[in-house]
Formats: sequence, C-alpha cells, structure tokens
Amino acid sequence: MSLLLPLLNGTLVAATPLIFAAIGELIVERSGVMNLGIEGMMLIGAATAFGVALGGHPAFVAVIVAMLAATLAASLFAILALGFAVNQYAAGLALTILGSGISAVIGRRFGASSVTSIPKVLFGLDPLVYMALALAALVWWFLNRTRAGLVLRAVGEAPHSARAIGYPVIRIRYLAIVFGGAMAGLAGAYLSLVYTPLWVDDMSAGRGWIAQALVVFATWRPGRVVLGAWLFGGVTVAQLFAQTFGLHVPTQFMSALPYVATILVLVAISRNPQTLRLNTPLSLAQPFRPDR
Amino acid sequence: MRPRLALEAVTKRYGSFAANDSVSLTVAPGEIHAVLGENGAGKSTLMKIIYGAIRADAGEIFWEGREVSIASPSAARDLGIGMVYQHFSLFETVSVVDNIALVNKDRFDRVRLAARITQLSERYGLPVDPHRLVHHLSVGERQRVEILRCLLQSPKLLILDEPTSVLTPPAVARLFEVLRALAAEGCSILYISHKLEEIRQLCDTATILRGGKVVGSVRPAQVSIAELAGLMVGSAIAPVTRPRAVQGAPRLSVSNLSVQPADPFGTALQDVALAVHAGEVVGIAGVSGNGQAELLNALSGERITAADRIRLDGVSVGHLGAGVRRQRGLAYVPEERLGRGAVPGMSLAENALLTGHRGGLVRRGFIGTGPIEAFAHRIIQRFGVKCSGTNAVAASLSGGNLQKFIVGREYSLAPSVLIVSQPTWGVDVAAAAFLRQSLIDLSRQGAAVLVISEELEELLEICDRIAVLFRGRLSQALPREAISIDQLGVLMTGRDLQPSAA
Amino acid sequence: MNRLYLERRAVPSRLMGVGAPVLALAAMILCAIPMLRLEGLEPLATLRVFFLQPLSTGNGISEWLLKANPLILIGLGLAVGYRANVWNIGAEGMYTVGAICAGWVALRFADGTHHWLLPAMMLAGVLGGMAWAAIPAFLKTRLNTSEILVSLMLTYVAQLLLAWLVNGPMQDPGGLNYPQTALFSESATFSPLVAGMRLNASIFITLGVVVLTWLLLDRSFLGFQLKVSGQAPAAARYAGFAQARLIWISLLISGATAGLAGMFEAAGPLGQLSPVISPGYGFAAIIVAFIGRLRPVGVVFGGLLLSLLYLGGEAAQMTLNVPAALSRCFQGLLLFCLLAADVLVDYRVRVMP
Repeated sequence: MSLLLPLLNGTLVAATPLIFAAIGELIVERSGVMNLGIEGMMLIGAATAFGVALGGHPAFVAVIVAMLAATLAASLFAILALGFAVNQYAAGLALTILGSGISAVIGRRFGASSVTSIPKVLFGLDPLVYMALALAALVWWFLNRTRAGLVLRAVGEAPHSARAIGYPVIRIRYLAIVFGGAMAGLAGAYLSLVYTPLWVDDMSAGRGWIAQALVVFATWRPGRVVLGAWLFGGVTVAQLFAQTFGLHVPTQFMSALPYVATILVLVAISRNPQTLRLNTPLSLAQPFRPDR
Repeated sequence: MRPRLALEAVTKRYGSFAANDSVSLTVAPGEIHAVLGENGAGKSTLMKIIYGAIRADAGEIFWEGREVSIASPSAARDLGIGMVYQHFSLFETVSVVDNIALVNKDRFDRVRLAARITQLSERYGLPVDPHRLVHHLSVGERQRVEILRCLLQSPKLLILDEPTSVLTPPAVARLFEVLRALAAEGCSILYISHKLEEIRQLCDTATILRGGKVVGSVRPAQVSIAELAGLMVGSAIAPVTRPRAVQGAPRLSVSNLSVQPADPFGTALQDVALAVHAGEVVGIAGVSGNGQAELLNALSGERITAADRIRLDGVSVGHLGAGVRRQRGLAYVPEERLGRGAVPGMSLAENALLTGHRGGLVRRGFIGTGPIEAFAHRIIQRFGVKCSGTNAVAASLSGGNLQKFIVGREYSLAPSVLIVSQPTWGVDVAAAAFLRQSLIDLSRQGAAVLVISEELEELLEICDRIAVLFRGRLSQALPREAISIDQLGVLMTGRDLQPSAA
Repeated sequence: MNRLYLERRAVPSRLMGVGAPVLALAAMILCAIPMLRLEGLEPLATLRVFFLQPLSTGNGISEWLLKANPLILIGLGLAVGYRANVWNIGAEGMYTVGAICAGWVALRFADGTHHWLLPAMMLAGVLGGMAWAAIPAFLKTRLNTSEILVSLMLTYVAQLLLAWLVNGPMQDPGGLNYPQTALFSESATFSPLVAGMRLNASIFITLGVVVLTWLLLDRSFLGFQLKVSGQAPAAARYAGFAQARLIWISLLISGATAGLAGMFEAAGPLGQLSPVISPGYGFAAIIVAFIGRLRPVGVVFGGLLLSLLYLGGEAAQMTLNVPAALSRCFQGLLLFCLLAADVLVDYRVRVMP
C-alpha cells in the first residue's frame, strides 16, 4: 500500500496543531475557564512566526516569538475574564475577532513569499510532531501524578472551596490561560511554518474551534485528545486522497467533512448528560468573584 | 497556664456594618470552647479571621502567648489550627487521599498518605476508605474526612463550624466522643453552634455573640437553656403558637411513588406515600441526601412521574409540569434561594412575577407593570422585608429578608398546598419565628402545608404530624404529641421503620 | 498601596447603562493609538479616515445606513438569544442559508414581473435561516450538545454549500463560468430610495423588527421567561417555564432575522449570489448585540457604530493601503473595552482600607 505511509504521515502532521491547541485549552478548562479565543491566538501565532521566519531568523526563534505573542493576547483575555469576571464567551470571541484582524494586518506584507520549512527528522516528520505527543504525555502525568495538577483540578471543580483552603485561584487560572495561549501560538506557528509554508488569510480555517470541540470530545483527558486529533487529521487528509481513489465528490463536500465530523463527534459525547456531568470541570465558564 | 489562643478587641467591618465589633476571647489548651450566637451574629466571620481566610481590621491575635498575624489558611495550618467547615470544602470528583493531600505539605506520596489516614481513622474511630471518591460518600462520612484532614496536621486548635446540622442524633454522640478524646490529649476546640442543648452537653466554656459583639462568657453547665437563649437573642421572642389542627380533606396525596434519581449520586425514592390535609402542617425530617431533593422535584413538577402517584385536591397531577401544578394551586419554597427561588439579578417586582403570574399580572401575553408592583409591594409590607424598594435587586437583600420575600410571595398566592424546604436555614431568629408562625397560620386558613427540614427542633415546634425520610423511604407520619426527639433520631438511622401508610 | 475591589450595587446603575458603550468607545480609541503607531500608521489620520471620512458625503450616509441594516437585524435576533443564555455564534451561516433560499426563489421566477416575488423571497430567507438554526436547536434540546460549537461549524458548512452552489447548480449559464449566479430580475431586487444611492426600503422593515423585539423583550411574558431562563435556569425550571421551548424560540428567532438579513443583502446591494456575500456580518453582529447591551435601541446604535467601522476599513484600504481587516482589530478591541466598562453597571469600584 504505497498510499498508507503518506496517509499516516499526513494524518500526524494535520493532527499536530490540533494537539497543541487542544492540550492548551484542556488545561485552561480544567482550571474552570473557557477561552473561545483559540482561533484568534492561533492566527496571531501564525502571522508572527511567518513574519519572523521571513525576516531570516531561524525557525525555533520564530516559534518562540509566536508563543510569546499569543501569550500576550491570552493575557488580555485573562485580565477581562479573571480581573473583571466578565462573560467568558464574549471575551473569548473578542479575542478571536481581534486576533483575526491583527493577523490580517500583519500579514499584508507577506505577499506570496514562502519560508523554509522546519527540517524533517524521523520517519519523514518534523520534530514538532513528536513534541506534540510528548506534550500530551507530560500533561497527563501533570494532571494525575503531581500535586500541582491536583490543585488545578480542584480549582476547576470548586474554586470557592480551593480558596477557602488557601489556594490562589486567580493566579492559578491566570497561569493556565497563559499556558493555553502559548500552546495556541505554537499551533499557529506550526501551521504557517510547516503545514502550509505560505501565508493565507485566516489560514487556521476553523481549526481553533475544532480544537475546542476536541477538548469536549476527549472529556478533558489528554490521551483522548490525541486520539481525537488523529481522527480529525485523518478526515482532513482524506479529502486530498479522494481524487486518487477515483471519488467524484465536489471539493466543497470534502472540505466540509471536518466540520460535519466535529458536529457528529460532539453529539456522540454529549448525548448522555451523566457522562458529560461527571467529567466536565464543574465551575467551567462561571465568573469567579471571591468574597473578601 | 498560657492560653492557647487569645483574641483581643478583634474588629471586622463591611462598609458601615460591623460583623465583629471588638471581640475578645480566650481558649486554654484542652478546652472545648463554644461560640454561640444566632444566624448573623458574626460567628463565621470570626472563625474566618482565626483561620486566615480574611483579615481583621483591628485587634490582636495571640497564639500561645505570642502575637501573630495569620495571613492565610496555610499560615494558620502551620501554626497548628485546623478548620472543619459547615459546608464542606471537599472536592467531589477526587478521592479522599487526594483531598487530604491538597492541604498536606509533605511530598506528594499517595501510598504513604493513605496509610497514615487509615492509622488515624482507626485511632479515633472515624472509619473511612482512603481511595473512595468523595462524591460516593454520605454526609456523615464526608465530615469524617474533613476532620481527618485536620487531624493529620496534628492540630493544637480545631475549629468546627456547626458540625451537627447534618448529623443524626447517634452520629452526634459519636462526634462528641471523638472531640472529648482530642481535648483530653491537649487539643483545644472551638465549637460554633446555635444548638443550646449540645453546647451544654459538650462544652467547658461558651462565649456568646450578638450583633457582632461579645455579650457574655459562661460555663454552660452552670447556666440554664433559657438563660443561654436570652443572652443569644437579647430580647424575648414570642414563642410560636400552634392552635389545634382540624384535619380537613387531603389536599396533597402521594402514593406508591418510586423515582430513580436524575443525578448519578442521588437517592432513589421507594414506595413513598403521604397525605397532607387541609388545616395541618406535616413535616418530613431527615438529613440531606436521603431523597429530599428527588421528592421535592417530584412534588413540584420539575420531575414528571405517573399521573396518579401525586394528587392535588383529588386530581391526578403526577404527569403535569411545574407551571401547570402552580395553576392548580401548588406553591413551593425551595431551599436554594438565590438562583432558584429568586433570580439574583432581577428586581423584587420581577421576582414577584416569577411564580405570581396567575391572577391578572399577565394579560394576553403582556406584563402589567402596575399590578406587579402592587403585588410585590404587598409582599414587602406584609412580611416586613427590609429592602430599598420593589426595584431592589434580589441579590442585595440579606438571606433572611430574601427568604421572607420568597415565603411571602408563595403565601400571598393563597395556595391550596404549600411545600417548603429548609424554611429558616441561615435566617435570623426573629425572622425565623415570624416565618414559622406564617406557615402555621397558612395551614389554619385551610391550606395543606408540608415542611421538609433538617432541624428537628423546628419540626417539633410547628408540625402537627412528622414523618422521617431515610434512604428514599418515608416512614409513617406520626402525630406530634406521640413522638419524641429520640424516637425521631432512631427513625433517622433507619431502624424501626414501618411501611408507609397515608 | 491600596487595593481595589468590586462591590455589587443594590440597583444597577442607569447612568453606566448608557455610559458604558461611550466609555468603551473612548477606551478603544485610546488603545488603538499605540497599536496603529506600532504598525507604522499615523494614528490621527487613520482614525479620521475611519470615523469621519465615510460620513462626509450623502452617498456615504446612504452606505452607512445600508451596512447598518443587516448588522442591526442580525444583532436583534442575537440579543434575544443571548438574553436567554443561548449562544448562537453561527448567525453568519444562517445569513448565508437565508440568502441561498431567497436567491433560489429569485432565480426560479426570473421571468416576468411579479409583485409577490420580493415578499416570497423574504419568506424564503426567513425560513432558510430558521431551518439552519433548527439544527443546533434540535441538537441542544434533544441531545444536549453545545450550540456554540455546532452553530459555528455550520457556518463553515453553509459557506461551502454556497461555494458549491454558485460553482455548479446555481451558476449563471451565460456568465463565462464565473462562480456566481445570474443577476436577479427587477422584481427580485429592492429599488433604491434615492437614485444613485444603494439604500433601499428594507431598512424600514428592520425598524419594524426593532419595535417587535422591544415588545417581546420588555413587555411580553415570553420575553420575561427568556430572560429568567438566561439568568437563572434553575429558577426557570422552578417557575415551570419550559426550557426546551425557550431554547427553540431563541434560536429560531435569531435564525429568522439572520436569514432575512441575508435576503436583504442578496436582493439589495448584491443583486446576485457569489462565494463571498458577507464581510463577516454574522460575527460583527455579535459585537453589535453586546454594545447594545442586548437591548433593541442599543442594538441600533451598535449597528450604526460597527457599520461605520466597516466603511472606515474600506476607506482605509483605498486611502491608506491598509487591509480592510483593520476594522476587525477595532471591533475586537471595542468588544474588550465594552466588556470591561460594562462591569461598572452592576458593580462599583471601592478602595480597600
């Protein structure tokens, strides 16, 4: 099967940005915050990374700058969601809209230039693919085997109880949001440096939202996030192989597959209200106002 | 001997309101010291200051003779102060070991910690399985975990905030044994409560708070209950009068009600039967978690059952929703006030519309602002709700006043059946007495009143008949004259249960 | 250093209710200045191009109102939904499907003069938008699925659907294979109110919807139920308000207005369908709803403000050679500032002694 290897390869590459973004948001949501601004942060990361790489700097510098830029954007969200305790859905959407605007404005200079991609290392895959898997494993270990991970889960379940014991809820949530931002920036950088080393407006094409859905589908568990990302990676790549199999399906239908698949997957996991209730961080998306 | 803890002139203000006003008290090593006061007297605030959760505005705290500043709960724990919260601060989706690990500073080692927990639990007679998830534990077991969590730090001072409100009488006795054992080993205990009989049984000294100030410090064994009550309340509250009940026709009938809980950790109702007649107040006793929530949901209509399981004035309503049952004359005061009985962000006028939309407040789909304001105003007047007007937001009212408004609203709808859950929980004594009297008055006007409460004294005060709910089964409703608190205690542990009869 | 904290007000401040959007706008402009500088743009000149230039001509005012039309219309529907805590993020998709359905009717009856064609198209637009909204409504009420992600995914699907249709089944046969439909006939388009300008009569229908929305939210019992369900779902259940019904109504209303807006655009300034029929109205309308503090009158002002930002973006593209996406930056900033300013309505700032 000469097609199997490229298919697998393609799946892993397509899954990588999803894993980064979803793992980041998983940590954020475990702490009890919902950040709908993943798409915006990814775009900021993508634009920044592309710009830095275009300026002749090495790829890893571009990636780091992209992560910093996205972290800054995430901090803006954090100030509103934590400091002012505003509606988190609205704040996240504001971040997405702002991020998409900023990336388009930055991207106006790029034209049709391309950047040298990150070199491949093992089995024809770049190092970030492996880093994504390592990250998932690391986050699993953090959540289940360390006290810090336990504290994070406690904060997400009952922030008032956590505060009563003496844990700084706001600070913990801020750190989680910052981590989520860095991961989304990393995902965006991967898109513009590896996935499509050209600049296209709104190049994330809804991947930030798919990552959001992945977190729900995975019931907030890192291992399942990887499985889900592979599933979506496969679906995304499938459209490229459709023609090879002689399928005469309009391109738009194939392009719509990931989005339809996301809906189906969400329905599947949400159907049983018990499952959802048992696994959802109890305080998710509720503004936290500590009593003095 | 140096006192373990001494507070001098501790003050805490919220705006112009002084929650604690120049409070001083002393606790000796090995002493069981009660802090007594009605709801709103400032007990919880004081404990939060001692435990480091909030900072006092003025005054000093001395620990074993040295002046200290307790900046945070972990600082308090370092000193050797442990706190068992009234509404537990445990995390449900996490195991017992992990819950205890959250306050433990040692290296994160589950196996070692689990062994220490088992050791301690055996030593003090607080059996618990370290690896179980907290949401599987009963209320009594959760309290044991809270206590063990403190004991693991080898505390020198243990604070317990209203620990017996969720316990059956036998469980209370066991708790007291544990506390006496701890005191004998030199651990001081601060015991917060408003239950006078328990304080006389257990405590060496009692400091009484009223309106944020200390009004007395006594040895409870040497003082009568009436004197303690007098110090607590300040003035005499007229006792509730309960004229003889004349039982009319049954207005609420429940038969063969079996319900599976919607919540995976709820309790299934099994073959519940009950009848509440016009002119009487029936009470259901029982510690929370025995099926009260499921029963209330089935009665109110938020959970639908088979049609003939529940009848209002003889008509089957089990299959009807909450809105329709209200139209048929059912009124309900839930135990959650903000967020369920009232919408926090809406005004009192709008909240009056929440259940008051019968009776001319809504015409052809449109809201009549005038009639709503008038209705809300009537409630405020009749029930003495302290607020800034009908446009005051529900969240701005104190707990007691909000409850007066909600009970007042349901009362003013002239219902045929009124169901009330935890009517005076968190409400100050004066308002509580007023609310209890209102419930009796309503029944004597012909309504059927059902009260579900954890406070046995309250039920004994206002009910004509009392039943006990245990693990989803309802006992027979026995007349008040024929039952004692000890018998209720026995029923609450599931023994001597008779099959239900209407 | 004194610490600040927020204390809840007993009664929400009416002053801040009106003042918060104004404060937000001022804050947005202040934040925009350093950001513009960073991008090498002269702040004052850019702001002038954005806010003042578009309104300097009669045609400019017509365009301003023309663009405000769909923003207000979609914003009204969203406001109703958000009050009920139903988070429809996919108005863009409902707008698209509404336009598709209206376009189909227009092309089907392209021959001849029919006075009923425009109303039929409006009905088609409304029904199309409602059908697209029915999907998240069904999935939320029956299968417990979040409407946020479902409605959003459907936006992408709707856009791909449109792309396929204008490239295939609905493509103009005499159109040199461009991905677009034939131009709609005269009876299928709105005529301008003033010759030479594009503003048409659909704006009056939108004003009618403003009044209807006010009646619903402020005066009707159904509106009260929606608000209770949004603020305290447990209280809504307690009061016996049927939640599933309220969720359906919220989503169908926002689908209807978005679909109608799609029809207004297709039958108005566009006159045909092509792959891109919206500069993101469905998303901008979310901001419009928030700026309007979820009230009908506020939504009108919010729509006018965001319409100005859109025009400013286009003007900036022509005059300053900056992508029109700059207006998205302003939109996002504005929403951030508004959320922050909004806090002052329910809370006041106090200093901890």
